Amino acid sequence: MYKILEARNLAGPNYEMIVEAPRVAARCLPGQFVIVKIDEKAERIPLTITDYDREKGTIEIVFQPIGVSTSKYRELKAGDSFMDFVGPLGKPSDLCLSEEPEAIEALKKKKIVFVAGGVGAAPIYPQAKWLYEHGIMSDVIIGARNQELVLLEERMSKVANVYVTTDDGSYGRSGMVTKCLEDLIAEGHSYDHCVCIGPMIMMKFVCLTTKKYGIHTIVSMNPIMVDGTGMCGACRLMVDGEVKFACVDGPEFDGHLVDFDLAMKRLSLYKTHEGEAFLKWKEGKTHHGGCGECGGDR
Amino acid sequence: MADVKGNSSMSTRVPVREQDPKVRAANFDEVCLGYNEEEAVQEAERCLHCKKPQCVAGCPVNIDIPEFIHALKEREFGSAYDVISQSSSLPAICGRVCPQERQCEGKCIRGIKGDAVAIGKLERFVADWAKANGRKMKCALHKTGKKVAVIGSGPAGLTCAGDLAKKGYDVTIFEALHKAGGVLVYGIPEFRLPKDEVVAKEIENVQCLGVKIETNVIIGRSVTIEDLMKKEGFEAVFIGSGAGLPMFMNIPGEQSKGVFSANEFLTRNNLMKAYRDDYDTPIISGKKAVVVGGGNVAMDAARTALRLGAEVHIVYRRSEAELPARAEEVHHAKEEGIVFDLLTNPVRILADDQDNVTGIECVRMELGEPDASGRRSPVPVEGSEFTIDCDTVIMALGTRPNPLISSTTDGLEMNRKQCIVATEEGQTSLEGVFAGGDAVSGAATVILAMGAGKKAAQAIDEYLKTR
Ligand SMILES: Cc1cc2nc3c(=O)[nH]c(=O)nc-3n(C[C@H](O)[C@H](O)[C@H](O)COP(=O)(O)OP(=O)(O)OC[C@H]3O[C@@H](n4cnc5c(N)ncnc54)[C@H](O)[C@@H]3O)c2cc1C
Ligand SMILES: Cc1cc2nc3c(=O)[nH]c(=O)nc-3n(C[C@H](O)[C@H](O)[C@H](O)COP(=O)(O)OP(=O)(O)OC[C@H]3O[C@@H](n4cnc5c(N)ncnc54)[C@H](O)[C@@H]3O)c2cc1C
Ligand code: FES
Repeated sequence: MYKILEARNLAGPNYEMIVEAPRVAARCLPGQFVIVKIDEKAERIPLTITDYDREKGTIEIVFQPIGVSTSKYRELKAGDSFMDFVGPLGKPSDLCLSEEPEAIEALKKKKIVFVAGGVGAAPIYPQAKWLYEHGIMSDVIIGARNQELVLLEERMSKVANVYVTTDDGSYGRSGMVTKCLEDLIAEGHSYDHCVCIGPMIMMKFVCLTTKKYGIHTIVSMNPIMVDGTGMCGACRLMVDGEVKFACVDGPEFDGHLVDFDLAMKRLSLYKTHEGEAFLKWKEGKTHHGGCGECGGDR
Repeated sequence: MADVKGNSSMSTRVPVREQDPKVRAANFDEVCLGYNEEEAVQEAERCLHCKKPQCVAGCPVNIDIPEFIHALKEREFGSAYDVISQSSSLPAICGRVCPQERQCEGKCIRGIKGDAVAIGKLERFVADWAKANGRKMKCALHKTGKKVAVIGSGPAGLTCAGDLAKKGYDVTIFEALHKAGGVLVYGIPEFRLPKDEVVAKEIENVQCLGVKIETNVIIGRSVTIEDLMKKEGFEAVFIGSGAGLPMFMNIPGEQSKGVFSANEFLTRNNLMKAYRDDYDTPIISGKKAVVVGGGNVAMDAARTALRLGAEVHIVYRRSEAELPARAEEVHHAKEEGIVFDLLTNPVRILADDQDNVTGIECVRMELGEPDASGRRSPVPVEGSEFTIDCDTVIMALGTRPNPLISSTTDGLEMNRKQCIVATEEGQTSLEGVFAGGDAVSGAATVILAMGAGKKAAQAIDEYLKTR
């Protein structure tokens, strides 16, 4: 069992938790993720590591409840536990691989911009923080639909130059992250490395934008996964015409080489099934789904 | 024993009771029901107790087969279990999944003129009897105080760990998944190998010997072999990480929605129990499924899809004689109504504009000249392309070892197929590091993995005694 030490509601529908997982905390690096499972009957769900404390042996996760599993997590409180919590999975972010002085010097010469969409701010944070701790200040664009959904602005501001933009203009700049990025460039910022994490559709459009400007762009892919160790192939993607398993070859890839359209189609695979499972869970035995248990169909 | 129905002669084996094919096609309960005491004793009577028993030589872990069958005849079921457990720590599993027709039973003298003695079914009976009657394996009395780490909880790891614990070592198994058992829990379905009653019980037996199992630890990611040895005090390591990486055909359409690796399909169903309504993980079997391949994995995927409600075809490029699956599985699959499209090979997968699978285009094959393995290699018949309509395609083309460990362990020698290079005894290129099972041999069988785990346990014991 992996004990939840803190659990709190962040902006809008998002939640944050600190979980005791000493083995994961001892070795994880920014860019990696964990797979969690709440009880015997639950799904295995991948979540990015938002922060870690090697001394305390803890991992922080941030999630947005969207289906059965993540909605169940919302109900967990400090003192509860996850039955399973495995990691760190995936390859660490390329930026944070080496602490050698030459590697850090090379990074200092780069102008780095992070683009976070929605809950994507969570996986961006540890990378920006790592850079900051190694003397590198980066720019971070946090995009959200409206003010309520802006995530991690305060913490991010301590480790990077933050630009917030909302689709409806209710807070910060107005418009989507692609507009914000182009505006920043027009305002005189220049970038040679971009890391973009968020919904697939947003990553697709950011990649189209950065391609125009010739900015090398890394995206973090979040396909459907089962084991997270390379065993099932559920997470496969096409990158530069080759099959890649996001859980072991990624999750970060060169965004200009990823086939986003295919990845988005694959993500919708269980849509209707998930919808049914969600209704069943949410409405308990009161729904009229022909479950045969309620007798309502007789 | 001419009084028993269906067994009027000593040349035929006592038939084993099975679930009716029509009934079982719609449930996940075990297909084979096994012998009861009377049937087992009666089948045991057929053993000739050869002076030079070929069956023992045919068994990769050399169980003293005539000896345990002798005990059975005498109704000494407990002693029969003690005999088996000297050589095997997982008899309830082996009795169910070993390819007996190519091992012990394949060598049985009775088989020349009739049916071989049903050694597998007898082994299963003895193991199930022991479980029902609380008979346990014997434990080590003295402890060596030395720690050994075992990576992977499949048959290789479990056997190695069990044998080392019997020799008094302090053993911890590290398992990447949330449940121990390897292929026994994620790959082989419930209807062939019940998870709670059989696999979990055999694993408990190994734990009773003092073996600790830490799940959710991925060696190479959560901790490295070097750290296990330098920081956590393990004096030797056994790698039994299996061959879990699925292969695809690299044909057009393979990324469409509805194409799965057999590993994904079976993991969802078996490990995550997707076939049960009360579990959250979804599974899609479609209305009509095509399974590509001819091994045990293909049979299991096909029979699982059938039970989930699909009409199922197996597409295999060679002929019936070359099907690598156990004979019993092929027989059961046919009984249950699975259609075999033999000498057939997929060319591409067809999909609609939303990328949902709509069919699979195949080409007919004929057998040509024998290849390096001595099997006649299939060659496509030109112009024979045809389409099978389907909404699900499951690729069961074999698996390779996972590179997670090799890529994070400096100095561990690998071969071209990504298998770990090890001697017969399991010694790898690194001191104190041993390996065996599918991780070394590539995808093989439960009993061969167990044999490798056993030999490595012996080698580890010898290595640690001299330290
Ligand atoms: C490497 C990785 C890191 C991730 N990190 C985070 C994170 O830090 N925080 C966070 O909130 N989420 C993260 N996700 C996404 C998260 O895993 C999914 O939101 C989760 O699986 C949904 O589970 P559910 O049971 O609540 O919803 P489900 O009921 O499983 O799904 C609801 C709907 O979402 C779709 N879906 C399934 N999987 C995903 C997915 N991976 N991404 C988007 N939609 C999906 C389904 O098709 C379905 O329509 C990550 C995913 C990956 C692969
Ligand atoms: C569907 C299917 C049906 C089969 N049917 C039969 C049959 O009927 N008869 C038969 O004899 N054989 C059968 N086989 C083959 C047989 O199951 C395997 O040969 C056997 O399980 C190999 O044992 P193993 O211990 O080497 O590896 P596995 O059983 O594969 O176990 C390896 C374990 O190591 C774990 N692991 C991997 N990497 C790591 C890591 N880095 N850190 C920690 N843990 C790790 C894995 O999660 C897994 O649990 C079948 C295989 C499949 C897939
Ligand atoms: S999640 Fe199974 S291979 Fe990536």
